Amino acid sequence: MKKLLFIDPGRCIGCQACVAACRECDSHKGRSMIHLDYVDTGNSTAAMPTVCMHCSDPVAPCAQVCPVDAIPIDTNGVVGTASPELCIGCGNCVHACPFGVPKLDVPEMIQYKCDLCYDRSSQGLTPMCASVCPTDALFFGTEEELLAKRPAAQAVDVFGFGEQMIQTGNAVIAPAGRSQDSIPGGYSVWAEFLPEQMK
Amino acid sequence: MKSKPLQILAPGIADFRRDDQKAGHYVSDKKGERMVATHCCYCGVQCGMYLRVSGEGKVFGVEPRDHDINKMKLCPKGVTAYQQVDHPDRLTSPLMRDRRGDPLREVSWDAALDRVVSEIRRIQKAHGPDAFAVYSGSSLTTEKCYLMGKFARVALATKHVDYNGRLCMVSAAAANRKAFGLDRAANPWSDMLETEVILLLGANVGECFPVATQYFWGARDLGAKLITVDPRETPLARTADIHVPLRPGTDAAFCNGLLHVIEREGLIDADFIARRTVGWEAVRDRVREYTPEKVGEICGLDPTLIERVALTWGRASKAMAFHARGIEHHIQGVDNCLSVINLVLATGHFGKPGAGYGTITGQGNGQGGREHGQKSDQLPGQRLIEDPQARAHICKVWGITDDELPRAGTSAVEMVHQAEAGEIKGWLGICNNPFVSMPDSTRIARGYDSLEFHCQIDFFLSETCDRADVVLPGTSWAEDEGVSTNAEGRVIKYNKATEPPGLARPDWWIVCEIARRLGHHADKFQFSGPREIFEELRVASAGGVADYSGMTYERIEQGDGIFWPCPSEDHPGTPRLFEERFAHPDGLARFHPIEWRPPAEEVDDKYPLRLTTGRTVAHYLSGNQTRRIDALVQQTPRPWVEVHPSHGYANGDPVRVVSRRGSATYPALVVSTIREDTVFVPYHWAGKVAANLMTVDALDPTSKIPQFKVCSCRIEPGTEIDEPPPPPVPPGVRAYEEGIGADRGQPSTPQGRGTGQG
Repeated sequence: MKKLLFIDPGRCIGCQACVAACRECDSHKGRSMIHLDYVDTGNSTAAMPTVCMHCSDPVAPCAQVCPVDAIPIDTNGVVGTASPELCIGCGNCVHACPFGVPKLDVPEMIQYKCDLCYDRSSQGLTPMCASVCPTDALFFGTEEELLAKRPAAQAVDVFGFGEQMIQTGNAVIAPAGRSQDSIPGGYSVWAEFLPEQMK
Repeated sequence: MKSKPLQILAPGIADFRRDDQKAGHYVSDKKGERMVATHCCYCGVQCGMYLRVSGEGKVFGVEPRDHDINKMKLCPKGVTAYQQVDHPDRLTSPLMRDRRGDPLREVSWDAALDRVVSEIRRIQKAHGPDAFAVYSGSSLTTEKCYLMGKFARVALATKHVDYNGRLCMVSAAAANRKAFGLDRAANPWSDMLETEVILLLGANVGECFPVATQYFWGARDLGAKLITVDPRETPLARTADIHVPLRPGTDAAFCNGLLHVIEREGLIDADFIARRTVGWEAVRDRVREYTPEKVGEICGLDPTLIERVALTWGRASKAMAFHARGIEHHIQGVDNCLSVINLVLATGHFGKPGAGYGTITGQGNGQGGREHGQKSDQLPGQRLIEDPQARAHICKVWGITDDELPRAGTSAVEMVHQAEAGEIKGWLGICNNPFVSMPDSTRIARGYDSLEFHCQIDFFLSETCDRADVVLPGTSWAEDEGVSTNAEGRVIKYNKATEPPGLARPDWWIVCEIARRLGHHADKFQFSGPREIFEELRVASAGGVADYSGMTYERIEQGDGIFWPCPSEDHPGTPRLFEERFAHPDGLARFHPIEWRPPAEEVDDKYPLRLTTGRTVAHYLSGNQTRRIDALVQQTPRPWVEVHPSHGYANGDPVRVVSRRGSATYPALVVSTIREDTVFVPYHWAGKVAANLMTVDALDPTSKIPQFKVCSCRIEPGTEIDEPPPPPVPPGVRAYEEGIGADRGQPSTPQGRGTGQG
């Protein structure tokens, strides 16, 4: 059974442990690949981490649009950060990503993005962000492991953007009983009431 | 300097948060790297972690550690804690000034220690032994805490010794002693996973103890209900089953109201009350006066909310209550804790998995730091200093006579006030920063400035060090070994990862060296290291309430920590207390009837709002450690004032907060998650933006804890926002500017700024 990241915005306390942990990685020390947004400031303490969703079907949009094939995808579907030898800093991937994940280091003209802590996850270890996350808003494991801890959790890993459906490697936990509704970043394909443009 | 994205780029293309100046500096040389198993230095959770140490012996990183407490989890403070160790701001030499107002200059250890010793002698000779005070801290290892108490009482023979837990959880400590005869959380946190209802009062767990959240939410995932009580809707309150936004300073009334409904509905556990407690009738009669309507009036709540909480608690077969500073930082702090204990006792939720009670200690070693004799009224092992048997035991361990052992002293804030009054002339401080952390800081500064001599031991130059006559460079937690007791009462072990920088020396060495040079009972301070101190501590604690005598460093590390009491080497420790009996001699718990009293300062026309202070997730206590870490400063660069939208301010407006004692102008953070009649300011910053310029120094009559959590204030439009000063640095070190110098933009939420706003 595949291990993946389950992202649960409902559990995020906005502490930014994931952001701090991400910048500890040896391959990009000092830079955090995680985006942490406070989503309803003024009305709520709600927060949400955005990490790479590792899109699988169709091929990850960032990799699709890369003119120099700098973004590697491994056999487990992990979409890597751009290879520094190849990346020309064009920023195509930044614009193509529906989740807003890759960023460009402007002075270096190189793209950086979450690679699921490839050095850890390819060995079966937990990525730094999910390892430290105090509340398991970022949880790394199999679906069985998730459900053992959270019997009521419902995960969504297909998102619609306009007419484009995207199957992702990581999943987002929908609010209880609402996996059929719209969720952050897009819509579930199972939604009963898709917006007009998606039907 | 941080590079700004080029204007031609689309928004958001390059704004990931960079930190080349600090975190980027700590890179592995990949040669001879090793990992040292230890724990975090910050809050009472005491998460396990590995420090990464390079071949050259530098601490340069962190790895998660699967310790039973935290299961690899860490908060942003824990992740970046290692950056303190090799930090450019570290104190690397003793510092001294001849006169107040002169700059500090580097001096040799001999020069600094000789000055300290001659001043102690001079002051004690002229004004008596009690004219010299020792003020310690609870972020020290238990060995050091034990040593500070022994140093004050044996080497200095002064009764004036206290510690900064006085600002933390002494209310809970006093209440626990009164009710149970023992001061410790009753259950391990893993017990939460088996409970049905958790009542969390005055504890912003998501920000102050982020990693403890896994227990609260782990329980909820398995079906438990979570009830939060706080004037602000905290990250845990946001999704709690019931959130009770009560008025600050009304906790005891609220708890009495809950017990009123529970008693009225016949939901008490009469069997438990009869078998295991005394004093129920007086409490029952008292709470009968606290109808939901009356309580709703006092607390500013809808009475039906009180009914709902009471019924949810009362109908549970297993329930647990936890609290922290929110109910403890009051002149009625002890009463507030007792009113929670009354509720738990009356419903019989003690001594079982899923049933219990505890305070959540704020400082890393808040629990251990108050158990072994640096508290003004206690001797090692949670013994009371006025108890003849306790005195006899400790005198024997220390090899002194009863005449030589001082009696109980006064509490921390009182000692500073005594300095102001000229009763205390000399002062040795270690591991605290009262210029930021004590209430009414203008008066606190007056107290310190009245001293004839002030020496401070620390590893960064705190605001308090910056005003001292002599500053002695101690060690960070990564440069020494020793034990610490977390909020559960679990003793864990810090391990040494590297050598202290420059001339910095271990704190125990500094204190023993002062004792040696003073010459009074110098033979009692011949310790070669923490292990020897721990061995003596074991003997000193033996037979006491907090009995550590069965613990060894090896046992503590083998078993993911040991819960005290642990009276023999084959004793497994005691994770859950009160299963059969409470710690009073008769084995019974005590009820205490509580009458709610208003806070020391009530609102009036001139000061119509309530100011409450607290912490934010990126910073810790007085900020001496965290205001120097770039990641944390970028997350939360400055304090703010949190106000309800009804006051008509917009985010970022300069808003002046005025109390009877002081004022400061902060950017407004306008949120509907705070009560209309309450404003909040975080207290981690110094100088003109210190929240404690405004707070009141009224003390609880029993615990002497200051009423940090409520004072009356008003807010008015300000002209210019006051800026936080950079943390002080030793001579020759460039003031820390990255992060705060470049960008002090205000937080967008109580937890800080999102990465997209960097």
